[in-house]
Amino acid sequence: MTILELENVGKSYGNVHALRGVSLSVRQGEVTCVLGDNGAGKSTLIKIVSGLHAHTSGSVLLDGQSVHFGSPRDAQSQGIATVYQDLALAPLMSVWRNFFLGNELRKGFLKTLDIAAMKRICASELSKMGVSVPDLDRPVASLSGGQRQCVAIARAIYFGARVIILDEPTAALGVKQSGVVLRYVVKARDAGLGVIFITHNPHHAYLVGNHFVILKLGRVVLDAHRDELTLDRLAAEMAGGDELAELSHELRGVAVPPDTAS
Amino acid sequence: MTTTAPLATQDDRVASRPLAARLLSRPEVGSLVAAVVIFLLFMAVAEPFRNVANIGTILYGASTIGIMAVPVALLMIGGEFDLSAGVAVTTAGLSGALLAWNFGLNVWVGVLLSLVLAVAIGAFNGWLLLRTGLPSFLVTLGTFFILQGVNLGVTRLATGNVASAGISDMDGFASAHAVFASQVTIGPINFKITILYWLVLTLIGAYVLLRTRIGNWIFAVGGDAAAARAVGVPVRSTKVGLFMAVGFCAWLSGMHLLFQFNTVQSGEGVGKEFIFIIAAVIGGCLLTGGYGSVVGASIGALIFGMAQLGINYAGWNPDWFRTFLGVMLLLATIVNLYVKRRADLR
Repeated sequence: MTILELENVGKSYGNVHALRGVSLSVRQGEVTCVLGDNGAGKSTLIKIVSGLHAHTSGSVLLDGQSVHFGSPRDAQSQGIATVYQDLALAPLMSVWRNFFLGNELRKGFLKTLDIAAMKRICASELSKMGVSVPDLDRPVASLSGGQRQCVAIARAIYFGARVIILDEPTAALGVKQSGVVLRYVVKARDAGLGVIFITHNPHHAYLVGNHFVILKLGRVVLDAHRDELTLDRLAAEMAGGDELAELSHELRGVAVPPDTAS
Repeated sequence: MTTTAPLATQDDRVASRPLAARLLSRPEVGSLVAAVVIFLLFMAVAEPFRNVANIGTILYGASTIGIMAVPVALLMIGGEFDLSAGVAVTTAGLSGALLAWNFGLNVWVGVLLSLVLAVAIGAFNGWLLLRTGLPSFLVTLGTFFILQGVNLGVTRLATGNVASAGISDMDGFASAHAVFASQVTIGPINFKITILYWLVLTLIGAYVLLRTRIGNWIFAVGGDAAAARAVGVPVRSTKVGLFMAVGFCAWLSGMHLLFQFNTVQSGEGVGKEFIFIIAAVIGGCLLTGGYGSVVGASIGALIFGMAQLGINYAGWNPDWFRTFLGVMLLLATIVNLYVKRRADLR
């Protein structure tokens, strides 16, 4: 079942066309991978779907209805959660305050923060992800990169009802931490969420993806289901096919010193 | 199937931190230490400081700074400055006096119009900041000079003088005086009503900051505004709200000035903004935002109250007060930094 659909979406910043005619659909219980090199338009795409920027052409359909998200809060309230590359965590705030930032639990007449409940939920959600933070009052800045990533993902999944967007979640992580994150991507998919997984690593994408879209200079250059692809083909397409062959040819030329070649 | 290590094991590299370390890593610790040291210092060198009756005077001095230090601290935690806070107090006092006196109104009408104006100045600061994207240092430096000029210019136009005309014989003065400038005597000590306002504001400020959703938002917009916006925190309204809170407290301070002295000098207030900021910094607020304490800022104000009078009582030349402030500021920030590092290492 398709939850979110983009039809010919474009975005211009003045005379710069960051995104042109991008179509994409996110289905329930599937991982849609968006791949692309730096500057391909991945970030712009996320910003449109998460409500930070408005698209300038085409349409975004949520459950078949055309929508324009006015703000991240608007997108969130319609069930679209985003985990940003910079994680959107305030470094000096404690772990539990960050976890519930923007979605604080309150109780009583004075709408006091329900700190006990928030700490309890935060601890249990984090332990589900395999992260143990002994003191939830510690500032987020004191956690490791992988732990911070997990806090951000656990938060998005706990609050993000239907679609979760992951912006390069494995970019800054080691092999083991990436594995943890990818496992969580699969968990989110199996829980019936639609996942948009943004990455420039075709190996990570192929491990979890159902559907693959490659962006290049703001346009879609490949849009294929898993059945139609192999990892090698995906990696080659991602690297730009012919360009990669050319590059390897060039590098081979450089690597061979001229005197031994003659 | 191969066995994998269980995911949710306790990480044995991280031990829980001792209670003392957790207490020491609180932002207000530096100011508390400084307050105790200064208290002991003046107790030792200044004989009148030991006189119980002077507690009221010291607390009064602290309260006039504290009423403003509380919202200024909140604003700094929210990542912004307000350099116009000092003259805004004078603007509030003057506008109340001039409006009531010029149009022959009940002083309470002047009080309410002044409230609207003071909060509007705060809102304007916030709006201009968000609209232009300029740093708050520049925006409020601009309003600081604008207000300073307006205070002098309008007062001279309206009264031909540099101070507002006395309003003690006008309708409603007695009741307004009771609200903004009365005092009660308990034993040998005179307590001004500003002390009550200061304590109440501190309590409300600390409660809002630590126990409400808005407090969470204040920390977040100061710590990382982009992150806060991304998770749905209304960054703009939070910041504008903080500036308006500064405006509200400037009004309260201005009303006290007006009804305490019955007239307001139009050149007053310049330089006060730094004292509010210093009180907040001594109390543990970071200049970069996202960290700090309302209680700390109030302790900072108390340090000022003690120092201001202590220097007098000790018979030292009050010329040295500013030097003392500078030294205090440096010492307190260094102590804060040092204590925080030590506590975080443990």
